[in-house]
Amino acid sequence: MAKFNMTPLKTKMPEQDPTIRNGNFLEVTTGYTPQMAHEEATRCLNCKHKPCVAGCPVNIDIPNFIKSITEGNIEEAYEIITRTNSLPAICGRVCPQESQCELPCVRGIKGEPVAIGRLERYVADYMLAKETFTFDVPKPTVKKNKKVAIVGSGPSGLAAASDLCDMGYDVTIFEALHKAGGVLVYGIPEFRLPKLIVEKEIERLKTKGVKIELNMVIGKTVSIQELHDEEGFEAVFVGTGAGLPNFMNIPGENLNGVYSANEFLTRVNLMKAYDPSYDTPIYFGTHVAVVGGGNVAMDAARAAKRLKAEHVSIVYRRSEQEMPARIEEVHHAKEEGIEFHLLTNPTQILGDKGWVNGMECIKMQLSEPGPDGRRRPVTIPGSEYILDATSVIIAIGTSPNPLIKSTTKGLDTNKWGCIVADPETGQTSIPYIFAGGDVVTGAATVILAMGAGKKAAAAIDKYLGR
Amino acid sequence: MYKILEKKNLNNEVVYMKVAAPAVAKKCEPGQFIILRANETGERIPLTIEDYDRKEGWVSIVFQKVGKSTYILGTLNEGDYILDFVGPLGIASHTEGMEKVCVIGGGLGCAIAFPQAKKLFKNGAHVDIIAGFRNKSLVILEDEMKSNSTNYYLMTDDGSAGEKGLVTAKLKELIENGANYDTVIAIGPVIMMKFVSLLTKEYGIRTIVSMNPIMIDGTGMCGGCRLTVDGQTKFACVDGPDFDGHKVDFDGVLQRLSMYKEEENHQCNLFRGIE
Repeated sequence: MAKFNMTPLKTKMPEQDPTIRNGNFLEVTTGYTPQMAHEEATRCLNCKHKPCVAGCPVNIDIPNFIKSITEGNIEEAYEIITRTNSLPAICGRVCPQESQCELPCVRGIKGEPVAIGRLERYVADYMLAKETFTFDVPKPTVKKNKKVAIVGSGPSGLAAASDLCDMGYDVTIFEALHKAGGVLVYGIPEFRLPKLIVEKEIERLKTKGVKIELNMVIGKTVSIQELHDEEGFEAVFVGTGAGLPNFMNIPGENLNGVYSANEFLTRVNLMKAYDPSYDTPIYFGTHVAVVGGGNVAMDAARAAKRLKAEHVSIVYRRSEQEMPARIEEVHHAKEEGIEFHLLTNPTQILGDKGWVNGMECIKMQLSEPGPDGRRRPVTIPGSEYILDATSVIIAIGTSPNPLIKSTTKGLDTNKWGCIVADPETGQTSIPYIFAGGDVVTGAATVILAMGAGKKAAAAIDKYLGR
Repeated sequence: MYKILEKKNLNNEVVYMKVAAPAVAKKCEPGQFIILRANETGERIPLTIEDYDRKEGWVSIVFQKVGKSTYILGTLNEGDYILDFVGPLGIASHTEGMEKVCVIGGGLGCAIAFPQAKKLFKNGAHVDIIAGFRNKSLVILEDEMKSNSTNYYLMTDDGSAGEKGLVTAKLKELIENGANYDTVIAIGPVIMMKFVSLLTKEYGIRTIVSMNPIMIDGTGMCGGCRLTVDGQTKFACVDGPDFDGHKVDFDGVLQRLSMYKEEENHQCNLFRGIE
């Protein structure tokens, strides 16, 4: 019996010094060494009841892959993870493990839980670094001779495509942009998720047999009905995400220097505005105010800091406790010098000659908990003040893009524009169309979208095998 | 990769390209646009579709070399490939019920106005075209527009070709002389569309303008192309590009178009070796 490492704390993740990393776009955390991985893996008690597995939206056999790490068998660990998760290098980095697999971990009762996410990343990175890697992918053995279309190459689409390909279906992903990956390439910045990692994971799916067609806007270039009726796709999975930026509808929002977080991050990530060899313009001046308290707000603020903005502020109407961003992201943002204006809400954006030159804000306080237990932010009258700003980035959420809905007759959506789909199967009001991820739930996480993609893949298999 | 089947320089600044893009050609309608990326490091450039042939599988575009990305695009030749080419995007122009129309094109806007004029004319509408340019050397699509209109009026700022004067002066003259248009379609510089709209408002003539603002994806994702129409925020890429000229906040549009002017000029001059 192996000896357990009873240290109460997680093995520390090596990371770039905050004062250095806020000037570059390299990854913040640099990953475990083999020794660190072994040390952390031996903290896992390999519990019989495996509470962590139930906490994982794609039910990775966590104790078993960790056991393989303790035995030094990383290939086996990878094989175990990829049985249910086709994008481990990505999930190991961007999953909110603290509220999923690591939350019920027995080691978390006295001390910190096992660093499951960091170990998953270690295993995936180890394999991705191998030169022969892409050739190791087993190809599906049984061919089903049935075509399935996937709309959107984000997390849900990639997960659905991977599983359907393994089942033997002829799978084609249609992507509107010029690069595959959806939010993984246009939204999440390089310093949190290196694009090379995303490329490699997608390359692996292609080696397996998944086809990807770029520059195809479904609903415009070709409709879902045409894919089904004319091009022989017997089922269609819609994973188009929540790509439509919400604005605040306050005065001054159309001034020059006001960006949706989507536009700002797309310029930086997809269009690589941080890289001088690209021609993408971006303008923000010296004082950037980011409105919102989610991961997207943190990403935008930290990207602006790296692009050499002198002052970057997060403006959020509730307190830190209510912030939807991951604790780790907030912590990293603070370390990097992002200023936090909490319990603060913008009332108007001020301009001079058409350009942003300030933002009027009002102080907020939290009400007593209402019947739903939530404390609402209410304004403190007379507390208005002006925040220095040369640029404002609006990161208050996104809604599903109406393109598919408006071009697919009979596809039901709810009052928020989300596609109505069966929570267990993803099936929509049109039997051959399935949907999952943000387009169904509204903006959520990468791993939840992947879980939805996997469920839909299983349901599509059942539907086509009828 | 999308092959350039034909390339013509319409004048020193304006280039015509016919591009093999069967999927776009199969679906597109006048008024819609495409987004292209000439090379890996280039910007995504939105361009309105000038013409198309569904059977031969091509669409044509006309663009002005104004920034680095359009200059690089202009260096490509017949037989070369454009890296990315996506579309058709935006809502097609509504031409139903239009019987007596004045189509106004300002400069490069003529290339965008042309497919609409052609469609209307083919459908039997009375189509007057007023084409305006700064001077003779910038005149484009004269023959094409002549053969797809009832009357063609050429205007230049300096009188070096056609009549001297602004398109609005000609429009006013035609209206005053009893042209009785049911619709005016104005496509060109924002300032031109603004003044055409102000004029037609006086006469109560429905006016449609086409917006070509800054955008990235063209599918509603970035919100960079937002403008105010009738007091509401609209995205030109998915709600347009055509809008009711009497409801557009043109001054807001003008202001947003200036956003990257300085950087664009700088990058472009660097590329051309001027700086």
